[in-house]
Amino acid sequence: MEMVLQQPLYKRLAAGDWLYALLIIVAAGYSFSLYGSAMDYYEQLILVGSSIGLVALGWFWPSWRWFFPLAGAVSLLAIQLYDHNLARAAESFGLKYLLSSQSSFMWMCTLFFLATVLYWAGTLSRAGLLMRMGRGLTWAAAVFALAGLFTRWYESYLIAPDVGRIPVSNLYEVFILFCLITALMYLYYEAKFAVRQVGAFVLLVISAAVGFILWYTFERQAHEIQPLIPALQSWWMKIHVPANFVGYGAFAMSAMIGVAQLLIRRGILASRLPSAEILDEVMYKAIAVGFLFFTIATILGAMWAADAWGGYWSWDPKETWALIVWLNYAAWLHMRLVKGWRGEPLAWWAVVGLLVTSFAFIGVNMFLSGLHSYGTL
Amino acid sequence: MRFAIGLLTILAIASIIGTVLKQNEPYPNYAFEFGQFWFVAFEKLGLYDVYHSSWFLLILAFLVLSTTLCIIRNGPTFLREMKSFREHATDNSLRAMRHSRQLALTLDEPQAMRLLQGHGLRVKRAARNDGSVLLAAKKGSANKLGYFFAHIAMVVICIGGLMDGNLPLKLGELTGSITPETRDLPQAQVPQQSRLTAANLSFRGSVTVPEGKSADVIFMNSGNGYLVQELPFIVTLKKFHVDYYGNGMPKLFASDLVITDKDSGKTSEHTIKVNHPLVVDGVAIYQASFGDGGSPLQLKAWNLQTPQAAPTEIKGNSLGAQPLKVNGRDYRLEFGELRVFNVENTGTPSSGDKSLAQRLNDVRSVRQDTKDLKNIGPSISFKLRDQHGQAREYQHYMAPIQQDGAWYQVAGVRSEVSQPFQYLRIPLDKDMSIASFMRLYAALKNPALYDEIRARTTAKAMQGQAISPAMQQQFSDSVRWVLSRFAQGGFGALEQFLDDKVPADKRQAIAQTYIKILQGAVVDVMDVAQARAGLPAWPQDAKHYRFLLDSLVSASALQDYAAPVYLEMSGFEQVQASGLQMTRSPGKNVVYLGSLLLVIGIILMFYVREVRVWLLLQRDDTRLAMTSNRHNRDLDQDFEHMLGYLNKQAGEA
Repeated sequence: MEMVLQQPLYKRLAAGDWLYALLIIVAAGYSFSLYGSAMDYYEQLILVGSSIGLVALGWFWPSWRWFFPLAGAVSLLAIQLYDHNLARAAESFGLKYLLSSQSSFMWMCTLFFLATVLYWAGTLSRAGLLMRMGRGLTWAAAVFALAGLFTRWYESYLIAPDVGRIPVSNLYEVFILFCLITALMYLYYEAKFAVRQVGAFVLLVISAAVGFILWYTFERQAHEIQPLIPALQSWWMKIHVPANFVGYGAFAMSAMIGVAQLLIRRGILASRLPSAEILDEVMYKAIAVGFLFFTIATILGAMWAADAWGGYWSWDPKETWALIVWLNYAAWLHMRLVKGWRGEPLAWWAVVGLLVTSFAFIGVNMFLSGLHSYGTL
Repeated sequence: MRFAIGLLTILAIASIIGTVLKQNEPYPNYAFEFGQFWFVAFEKLGLYDVYHSSWFLLILAFLVLSTTLCIIRNGPTFLREMKSFREHATDNSLRAMRHSRQLALTLDEPQAMRLLQGHGLRVKRAARNDGSVLLAAKKGSANKLGYFFAHIAMVVICIGGLMDGNLPLKLGELTGSITPETRDLPQAQVPQQSRLTAANLSFRGSVTVPEGKSADVIFMNSGNGYLVQELPFIVTLKKFHVDYYGNGMPKLFASDLVITDKDSGKTSEHTIKVNHPLVVDGVAIYQASFGDGGSPLQLKAWNLQTPQAAPTEIKGNSLGAQPLKVNGRDYRLEFGELRVFNVENTGTPSSGDKSLAQRLNDVRSVRQDTKDLKNIGPSISFKLRDQHGQAREYQHYMAPIQQDGAWYQVAGVRSEVSQPFQYLRIPLDKDMSIASFMRLYAALKNPALYDEIRARTTAKAMQGQAISPAMQQQFSDSVRWVLSRFAQGGFGALEQFLDDKVPADKRQAIAQTYIKILQGAVVDVMDVAQARAGLPAWPQDAKHYRFLLDSLVSASALQDYAAPVYLEMSGFEQVQASGLQMTRSPGKNVVYLGSLLLVIGIILMFYVREVRVWLLLQRDDTRLAMTSNRHNRDLDQDFEHMLGYLNKQAGEA
């Protein structure tokens, strides 16, 4: 939440803001001139919507202004190297070791692990430099993740035009999305609240996800690109899935902040971490953001289900667990806002919330069957 | 409040049960899984359809009621606060605020007014008796509106859900005017109390329509049975389409439908596909599934008792049943589904013994999945039921399947549904036919030929000096014995004999001998069979020898096949069926409206912060006081900002 008492937005915008907006609009216009003829009505709407969203995000969060264009540029370089030929992935040095989607993801994994180590070393030894390096590596990992997703999107079209699709349609791809979104949200809050020591905790949950990605890749060859089955061929997917992962990412982050807070309140690492009150506030803000996006994602999911499954609500296990997650955080927010709860009980609750969320995210796919069985282990 | 939280908890737990326990399964499945006692207990609790059980709906209704009461009780206070500027705040109360400061500066009223309005605040002026002026300003009252939006949204969503729920149905079942049908009847014979008219406002069910056929009802699961819902129109399936990607994964399911209105008789044509339903008369029609619609089949029946005879032609329909008379016995042939595409993963599973470098290379590579999905062609499943009602299930593939460079016809068999199929691979001759195998099999089963066969085999053995002349008779007898034993029971019978009669330490050696004899004799069996049929001698090369060895394996496996006939599918005309789901849900838009309210409510509650500012303009000084609905760091910032601003203004003035 920002300061309320300030000049209206249009008066606060500086030249840099307008320049960034111009860049996005030009990029969107150029894309439209190239591919507009292949877009249907919904896709044009999504292009306009995402342009507006990207401009707003850049105005809201200055770091986004270099991050997003950089990831785009890296991906464009990869596309340049591909030169319309998928076989180049194994021939071009740049693609093979750096820029093909799989190489990008492997770099992302490596960098997230290193960042975790650095954040912990920095926190334990009170070394600001190490933590700054940790932040740098987290940014780098995020660039690789986003650029890798863009490149994978392109690669899917190289496999065959009818295979092409946005890479958010199976468990492997959404795990990368999860790492990306959680890292970005963390970086935002770190800058805003100067709580870089918390990186050690948040990066742990990202590392766990990275561990899963590696296992899934090495043991199950989950990274192979598969075309979309009919049920997933819908533009709803493009917005339903990312919105959901903003929610999951925020909930995961709040849980890790909850862990840090509980440790501080028990005097563990207390002198090395920010005050419990600040963490309490960051935790609340993360849950509030997550809750908003999770609500929107669930509603979008319902609207998609009404198109695909013959009803906006079918009590499918994934839907039901989404409802349980939603009720859980609704109650959490209710307790904080209405009953004025603070501190330890809410921190515990946020940690438990992660268990509920993880079950909704992975557990349902592993243990329960239903309409959402797109990613099995 | 406590009560509401309690209800929510019960709701959450019930929902979890609903996800763990598979819903709406056939009742016998549950009885089998839980045993009679728990089956009945769970049924009484309505756990097989938790989300539509009476108590679940009752809790939902209670929640709607309690939320409504909450809105009515708190609403007026909230509204009053929203409207109020608190312009009558006393000096004491202003001083007592956490963010409050006396400033040694004076502001004139227009100046102060501009300052507040410039920050987007709404201001109300109150002149006091002592000559001072209090400007009470505020921003973000919409925050309180968020409360209304979010809570009203809950009520609206629940009402929408109840509109689409099966409440009227439940009531009908309770009063006995509606009874689910549990028997498997033709649709037209389902009695009136199990039918719902087209006037029914809300329903969700499905129907399977074969190509060229029509439907004007759908079926809905209800407890242990089903209900028939009549439709205001007739749906005719012209054609069902299915498309595949290059790797065998499905790409498109679509149905060409003709809709005929029952009242006006008007028809219209539409194509529906997954994610693209069609709405007619408020009924949405979805592409839900597909399958076989009863396809005409042609089969060749090989009599396994006289396999040398030419097969007879049989005609049938998939999903249909017909009598079959074999060797004077009566059987019933019950066809299952015809599947034209059988996509199987024929790729080799990734082995665990790759080197690390290889694995690293694998994960870096960008590629489409390597699962070697391959369409192995049409298959038909059928059951052959004897007079005692005993049946075995068969699955026969039509197209030749290549394995390790040779071609086979594949047939599966199982005696129980829970078992996996055991597959029989019948080798194909150069005409891609099983006729050669059948000829060999007939000769193997025909003892009248054994003397000729053993004579040939023994002669060859003598010629090759594999046996001494003294052994000749004994060898010849062995050939005959091994052949007849094998013909009666395959490899199993030979093994049985070894286990029963031969000491353990000699079994290995004797088994080797039997195999050798069989492998030698089979060449002669084939030669004799060819000669009897007036056909040229069986070529003597590796490929044809492999055919013979494969035939031995198949002949042995035919023991377990246990059918009097082998039905070879020779042709079909595919008639597909499309599974259509149909929904009428008047509550949908109500739920969407509620969802919109919910999102607006959440944004207002969490992202609009209410801030109140008081500027008390006195003769010698000014007091600034601020509150917010949440005491957090943001208010500190705002307060500092305001202080700085005031000081600057005063400095300029």
